[in-house]
Amino acid sequence: MSAPAPSSVLLEPKSIAGSGVGNDPLVLLELIQRLKVRDVMTTELATVPRSAPLCDVQELMRRKKISGVPVEEDGRFFGLVSIDDIIRALGGGYINDPCSKHMTTKLVVLEDDMPISFALRYFNRYHYGRFPVLNRDRRLVGIICQRDINRVLLVELSKELNRLEMASGKSLDQDGVSELYLMREFTVCKYDFENAGKAANEIKRLLQDRQLPPKLIRRIAVAAYELEINLCVHSDGGMLSCQIAKGKAEVVARDAGPGIEDVEWACRDGTSTANEWIRSLGFGAGMGLVNVKRVADEFEVKSKKGSGTTVRAAFTVTGAA
Amino acid sequence: MKLRDIIDACGLEPVLVPDAEAEVSSAYTSDLLSDVVAHCTEKSVLITVQNHKNTVAVCTLVGAPAILIAHRREIPADMQEAAAREGVALLHTSDSQFAASCKVGSVLGIDPR
Repeated sequence: MSAPAPSSVLLEPKSIAGSGVGNDPLVLLELIQRLKVRDVMTTELATVPRSAPLCDVQELMRRKKISGVPVEEDGRFFGLVSIDDIIRALGGGYINDPCSKHMTTKLVVLEDDMPISFALRYFNRYHYGRFPVLNRDRRLVGIICQRDINRVLLVELSKELNRLEMASGKSLDQDGVSELYLMREFTVCKYDFENAGKAANEIKRLLQDRQLPPKLIRRIAVAAYELEINLCVHSDGGMLSCQIAKGKAEVVARDAGPGIEDVEWACRDGTSTANEWIRSLGFGAGMGLVNVKRVADEFEVKSKKGSGTTVRAAFTVTGAA
Repeated sequence: MKLRDIIDACGLEPVLVPDAEAEVSSAYTSDLLSDVVAHCTEKSVLITVQNHKNTVAVCTLVGAPAILIAHRREIPADMQEAAAREGVALLHTSDSQFAASCKVGSVLGIDPR
């Protein structure tokens, strides 16, 4: 069985020392799938009402050093005045006209919960400098340009690099012997039942290869499976990782939303927010987090409604090869 | 006991049997995959109506060598492909989960009392 694609980072003592990790483009692919347009877009918008004269828009552009101004009233989006519209107005002698007469109304817009991979495709396809961003209620919530994406990607890549460097730094003890046996991360996509369970099985195989005690492997695999299914069923997609270092194994599931309203309730046996369709597939029995808690030596859930969830299950490793 | 012996003794219909000599020592009956993950022991036959490829993934995870689909529910092609890939046997019976559990349990000599 192959691991769910794209599996992102494989850290083992050999590869930490080498350059393989840094060259892995899958880290970037994972980021552009995980990050949403709303994580990147500018939300502090300079907007004008339909009645605003184009000369006011011109002045706003000069003051704010921007090249496009959305036309909106009470969140309702009507169009966009671009710098090209202003140049044409100056040439045509109608710079005092209201912007409603000359604004661009045939626009391509993005939705705030689209992954930024989608936004990048749009930038390539349409060659516009920016896209207005609407929410599910079709209200204007932001504007996105390629510079926004580059900025956030650089920040996130830098974080990822720091994380990898930290893992690399921890991997050598005083004798120069690696203490980090294994780290593996998998991307888990929402409702991807085609691949559900594959990451957990891959983790199980890796642990078997390292000849960990079978009972411990089973416990770690159970936690990995349940957390993988939770990501698939309940999150907007996320990452499942397994790391073994310093006599401890950790399985961590991270996602960027939608968050758990009541963590205590979610950790009770039999409670689930899964719908009938998911239940018909044998999931959503409300046993997932309970199972993880049962098998793990340490169990921790961090979540906030509207943001992400991180679940960590840790195991004391004895008898590792 | 060998998987072949259980198939013969219970009159099960083999749909896909990658290894008839696989060792079977127990059985577990459930349609909830988290329940299977939590309680199904290694070398068990899983008796279920859950005719989905994720059932194969769960059996691989817990080390169960065979899935017995009750009520002769259709086994989709992608489930068969997954089972072939993972070396998990797929069996059919027209019995209910309860009747199938009784038969398999009896052949295995399991007395839960």
